[in-house]
Amino acid sequence: MTTQPERQAQLRLVVVGHVDHGKSTLIGRILHDTNSLPDGKVEELKRISEKRGMPLEWSFVLDSFQAERDQAITIDTTQIWFRTATRDVVIIDAPGHREFLKNMISGAAQADAAILVVDAEEGIREQTRRHAYLLNILGLKQIAVVVNKMDLVGYDPARFQIVSDEIIRYLADIGVSPAAIIPVSARHGDMIAERGENLGWYQGPSLLGKLDDFDRAPAPIDQPLRFPIQDVYKFDERRIIVGRIETGALSVGDQLLFSPHNLLGTVKTIEAWNNPAPVLTATAGQSIGITLEQQIFVERGDIASHDENAPILTNIFRARLFWLGQQPLKLGQSLKLKLGHTETPVSVQAIEKIINTQDLSNETGHEIVRNDVAEVVFRTRGLLALDEYRQIARTGQFVLVDGFETVGGGTISMEDFADQRASLKSKSSNLHGVDHLLTPVLRTQRNGHRGGVIWFTGLSGSGKSTLAMRVEQRLFHKGFQVFVLDGDNVRSGLNSDLGFAPEERTENIRRVGEVAALFAQAGTVCITAFISPYQSDRDRARRAAPDCFYEIYIKADLAVCEGRDPKGLYRKARSGEIKDFTGVSAPYEAPETADLVVDTSSHTIDQCVEMIVGAIEQQLAATLIAEAS
Amino acid sequence: MLRTIVRKRWKPEKNRARKGVVITLPIQSTKEAVPVMDYLDDLEAHTIYILREAFNRIKPLGMLWSIGKDSTALVWMARKAFFGRVPFPLIQLDTEMELPEVYQYRDEIAAAWDLNLKIEMCPPFEEMDITLPEATRHATRKTMGLSNLIAREKYRGIMVGIRRDEQAMRAKERVFSPRALDGQWDFRDQPPEFWDFYKTDFPDGVHVRIHPLLHWTEIDIWRYFKRENIPVVPLYFARDGKRYRSLGEKNITFPIDSTASNLDEIIAELEITRQPERAGRSMDHDSEDSFEKLRSTGYM
Repeated sequence: MTTQPERQAQLRLVVVGHVDHGKSTLIGRILHDTNSLPDGKVEELKRISEKRGMPLEWSFVLDSFQAERDQAITIDTTQIWFRTATRDVVIIDAPGHREFLKNMISGAAQADAAILVVDAEEGIREQTRRHAYLLNILGLKQIAVVVNKMDLVGYDPARFQIVSDEIIRYLADIGVSPAAIIPVSARHGDMIAERGENLGWYQGPSLLGKLDDFDRAPAPIDQPLRFPIQDVYKFDERRIIVGRIETGALSVGDQLLFSPHNLLGTVKTIEAWNNPAPVLTATAGQSIGITLEQQIFVERGDIASHDENAPILTNIFRARLFWLGQQPLKLGQSLKLKLGHTETPVSVQAIEKIINTQDLSNETGHEIVRNDVAEVVFRTRGLLALDEYRQIARTGQFVLVDGFETVGGGTISMEDFADQRASLKSKSSNLHGVDHLLTPVLRTQRNGHRGGVIWFTGLSGSGKSTLAMRVEQRLFHKGFQVFVLDGDNVRSGLNSDLGFAPEERTENIRRVGEVAALFAQAGTVCITAFISPYQSDRDRARRAAPDCFYEIYIKADLAVCEGRDPKGLYRKARSGEIKDFTGVSAPYEAPETADLVVDTSSHTIDQCVEMIVGAIEQQLAATLIAEAS
Repeated sequence: MLRTIVRKRWKPEKNRARKGVVITLPIQSTKEAVPVMDYLDDLEAHTIYILREAFNRIKPLGMLWSIGKDSTALVWMARKAFFGRVPFPLIQLDTEMELPEVYQYRDEIAAAWDLNLKIEMCPPFEEMDITLPEATRHATRKTMGLSNLIAREKYRGIMVGIRRDEQAMRAKERVFSPRALDGQWDFRDQPPEFWDFYKTDFPDGVHVRIHPLLHWTEIDIWRYFKRENIPVVPLYFARDGKRYRSLGEKNITFPIDSTASNLDEIIAELEITRQPERAGRSMDHDSEDSFEKLRSTGYM
């Protein structure tokens, strides 16, 4: 319908590198050589340059702030267009000064491809390495290296070789293979659009020749569907769920799964305004709106997928992070996480590695300072739907907000962490209840008390097992039906197939919760004594016995527990012999709304037993009176 | 305007060959068919994404409508984003200095599209800072009009249809760009913005300019007008060898030499022109940094 040849999508190209290595000059030269500068621009540049006593300064095309021109330094990222026969190219200029790294990232994160500029005279420098490292985190795969200012080294092939070797070595170490390494002189125009006279020894492509090979990353239509919900509109009788499809495709009639709440709905319509024909399918990249057959609760932040290939559900993940905050990021700190359209508090569970982008060494530490790159474990309170970055980038990346400021971003890895979706789902859906002939009231009448789950949680060494056995004994003598589930009797039989990997620990707790609930239905008071460090696991156990579950936090400081260390486990954890040990190298989430908190560091065992027995009697025996009367 | 290809792994590495696999089929012809976005679809989808982010995160929200091509295209996309209705007011900063055709177009479109139009009268020229160069002083009327409006109506978000390719200062803009209460733009310390996560948390007293068209170019806008069949202010078409390329107030905006009298001819002209778009806007040329000063104090 248009008279022009088919236009391709813009190619977005970011230019990065160390300060003063000539990024802006290179861009000015590209614009000039492709006839992309408007009439009068060169004259204007000459005038502005002369005013500052400089020879013609190409970088002034982009450095539009007066401050940038006066200091001859790029402060903020900017964009400028040039056009080839088949497409527009957007050049994104990114500042090379360390202080403006947030602006470099803002520019580079929008790009499809990158040019990394290195000064032939200076070789690779601090920001060369840092930018290359960040390009990799930001997910840029198409990278051309330009060795600039060849005129200053007499167009010497030996010098080019030295700089090339240096950059190739660094890039190889971080897993990047550049598409080309090109010697150029941006000031004189060698090997930019034209090959020039001075680099006859170089056989590879010119810079613009190489750019022709770069492409816009295709819309990820063939990946699993990810449709993060942006909003729900009720302007009229329709309830339209809107968002942008990030990956995959959906069609009318598809059943969608909305995570993390795991509700199912069927696509009734794909809504479109001013569209001649009904839309039946929508794909990655489109901002759409749908209606559902069912009235289910969907809100901003949910991620719709198909039932198969759903996103991971978890409350813990590892991230490769770049930190931009003025204040350091500290172990234990809480911030706001934005992922898709979800906003939720996260806390820093562990700082595993702080990476030195210069020599690629890493160290552990308690805080991450501005412009650092690090590997961090984050924890959220509730379950979050997300993906591994290397599988689905859009739902595997996030930003961090502290107060009003965006202070960092990162990409997600789930290595060593379990997908908690599996444990949420009932695997056998084809069950039919059989009516019991005995009611709970009959059991209560015979036993003299209700059944219940008394769920102890606390650090290793806090006193859970000791208290459980003492409480069991006391209750038994008071006439209660009572039994303790602990690691010894559960892991030796029922859970003997489970090890200590994260998903196996979660499964261990799930089974304990289910068994305890059965005990409770049978009329028994079932005490469980497991660390059970995750609130989500404990919440699931509560759901198994919703009306008779009592969470008791056996509280003791880590230092106290470590001092007791009855089984020598802390010592082994500190020496690294035991990995992922709760409180040392794995998290413990203290309950925020426990039914009872018993502090064993400030009370004697007898006092603690009295408190617990008293509470159980009140909960389970007192109800009997109410029911019987 | 989605075309359809038979489902086939889309490999645009060889983009020139891609034309070969494009088959135009009605969408409902086959279950296997998937729509493929062309480059205008892609630009539009991103703009709709931004409009919906703004609408969800920032309240109260308004959109400036200068009646020019860019903000009109933006209003059109807002109608798409919100399924036919624009759920926020459109604000025209009026100096009563626009050309008559502009006012006529405004009234016709506002009625036809059922827009919630608010006309904000800008303070008079005489009240503007007398130390400013003449054209800048005229342009400042709109800055003041906007700042009065925000102070009075307590808008937290103002959407503006500026584009990065128009002008070098605009090229440095963020999509969500915070402003101090007095409208000041701290362009030396802008927030980071990446992966389409926008800054939506602000202390009291700060408002945010939202720029949903930054990634469009002038020629993209005209191609979009053509594709979507959006009505055009006739001043953009050449009459007697002159047309307006950028519409502004009559005292500080001038037509360019052109014979382009329809959309195809405008698009063809832009493919070869080397004249900057805002050459006819005299306020840009008062001094080297006149536009920087205008923008940093709150101009659009």
